[in-house]
Amino acid sequence: MRNPKFLFAFLMIVCAGLFAAQTQAQGLTVQIVNGVPSAIPITVVPFGQSAGPAPSTDIADVVSMDLNRCGKFRALPRSEVVETPTAGSEIKFPTWQQLKQDYLVVGRTSDAGGGALRADFELWDVNKQQRLLGLSITGQGSDLRRVAHKIADQIYQKIIGVRGAFDTRIAYVTAIGTGRNMQYSLIIADSDGYNPQTVVRSREPLLSPAWSPDGSKLAYVSFEHGDSAIYLQDITTGARRLLSSRPGINGAPKFSPDGRRLAMSLSYQGNPEIYVMDMGSGALTRITNNLAIDTEPEWTPDGANLVFTSDRSGKPQLYEVPAGGGAAQRLTFQGQYNADVSISYDGNQLAMVQGNGNVYRIAIMDKSLGGQIRFVSPGSLDESPSFAPNASMLLYASTEGPRGVLYAASSDGRVRQRLVLSDGDVREPAWGPYRQQ
Amino acid sequence: MNATARITLAALLCVGLAACAKKQEVKAPPPEAAPPPVPEATTAGAYTPADLDTDACLRQRVVYFDFDKSEIRPEFQQIVACHAKYLRDRPMARMTLEGNTDERGTREYNLGLGERRGNAVMSALQADGAQASQMNVVSYGEERPTCREHNEDCWSKNRRVEIVYTAK
Repeated sequence: MRNPKFLFAFLMIVCAGLFAAQTQAQGLTVQIVNGVPSAIPITVVPFGQSAGPAPSTDIADVVSMDLNRCGKFRALPRSEVVETPTAGSEIKFPTWQQLKQDYLVVGRTSDAGGGALRADFELWDVNKQQRLLGLSITGQGSDLRRVAHKIADQIYQKIIGVRGAFDTRIAYVTAIGTGRNMQYSLIIADSDGYNPQTVVRSREPLLSPAWSPDGSKLAYVSFEHGDSAIYLQDITTGARRLLSSRPGINGAPKFSPDGRRLAMSLSYQGNPEIYVMDMGSGALTRITNNLAIDTEPEWTPDGANLVFTSDRSGKPQLYEVPAGGGAAQRLTFQGQYNADVSISYDGNQLAMVQGNGNVYRIAIMDKSLGGQIRFVSPGSLDESPSFAPNASMLLYASTEGPRGVLYAASSDGRVRQRLVLSDGDVREPAWGPYRQQ
Repeated sequence: MNATARITLAALLCVGLAACAKKQEVKAPPPEAAPPPVPEATTAGAYTPADLDTDACLRQRVVYFDFDKSEIRPEFQQIVACHAKYLRDRPMARMTLEGNTDERGTREYNLGLGERRGNAVMSALQADGAQASQMNVVSYGEERPTCREHNEDCWSKNRRVEIVYTAK
């Protein structure tokens, strides 16, 4: 069992290494740190190509990497792809049955005019010799990685039965420099860390980026004027609005599922309390009222409740309160320290930072399994869990020596991949919503 | 009580008394023998802005805390007392109390913890006669560490409130 696992992990690192050479200077390098031999075997055959210049992106490779990352698939390494059919009619099934492949993806690209490229692909069940999908996706030649992510999403949905989340974006904060010479950047990138774009730059700390549900805006905390303040930034236009700079802490913004309200933690009335801001009028509703630290609110998927961190019992634990205010109910009882919740789209899984002694790990409490807890990270200083919109994976922040790194882990904790910045710290990951087509 | 215990107790008492006597002996001479050092002379009167650079107590501007705690440890009471006296002596003086935490735990919770520490120092200064209007608390949480290693030695240096004078 150990050997194939090791080999797989090694191959993935090699693949990641090849891709790393193409990332931009500010980009994240992706390394898979463990693999799953029991995952579904699938081969994505290199796409064929009609006349014209070769596409800048190896679509099949991007699709393979996506499928590997989520922990549910094991894509056949390129070196073992012995035949290269580009359409269903060219597939010799015995070859792939011999290689013990369950699924096969074949495809080809063609010029769609105006700089666009069309990718036709088919998903086949190898054993039944049955075509499960036959689709074409068109995209700009400069954005073929996105075409590949959309193909991976279609394959994921067809086989797993849940919408894929590869064609999504992530936000994170980088910190480069030392002492008073720091440069903080709020960056958005594709879900695999490619195509990073800096949204905000500051010489003072930035934290807690939160996506609007339509993916067009980010709310975040900036210390640019000395104390914390919450800003709202339009990603495409760059337009920026100050939402709160009251005395004391202005922190932990989170959009309601309908995007009309923003939950946050403010201390202007004495100590950190949870508030909800109406995005239309700017009016604030106070949700909590006690002497403890109440922070890190997160909406339940129906928008009816907020789950937040409070140390009213002595140590930080998670509580749930109606989003219009009311009595709070404690949710976590296992572990000394439970904080910073991320909730899955179906409301069943609560990812949190769980601290015991000096070890802080990402734990998932599964409500559908009677509140059972499982760890998805090894520690020891892991924080900021953020679920993908389909909850197949989650991002979190960890440390590696003196610097911060991000990990993307499958929700079952079986696969982890490291997203490393070439220089400096990466922290505060936030997985964005499904992208609008 | 048997003989051995009695002897041991007696011996302990002797040592204890001797230690006390010795302490008093050592401590007693300086006030008579040596002239008081310069900083102590100034503390007798009102503080002036120059004392911020010269006074041994006022030059200390950092209060350290235990893990996940915001209580001021006894060894920092003296620092709090002299800065409170400075604020009493100089009503125009203003300070910012910058609260900080170590890296353990979440960033937003640590913002709250840093503020709680800043407020603890502010309350102590107020208890010693400083005016609330002279002070302002800012929390940086774990965002401004002075030390970046992942061990207790480093963490203990980061759990702090820094006193920053904005008007002397």
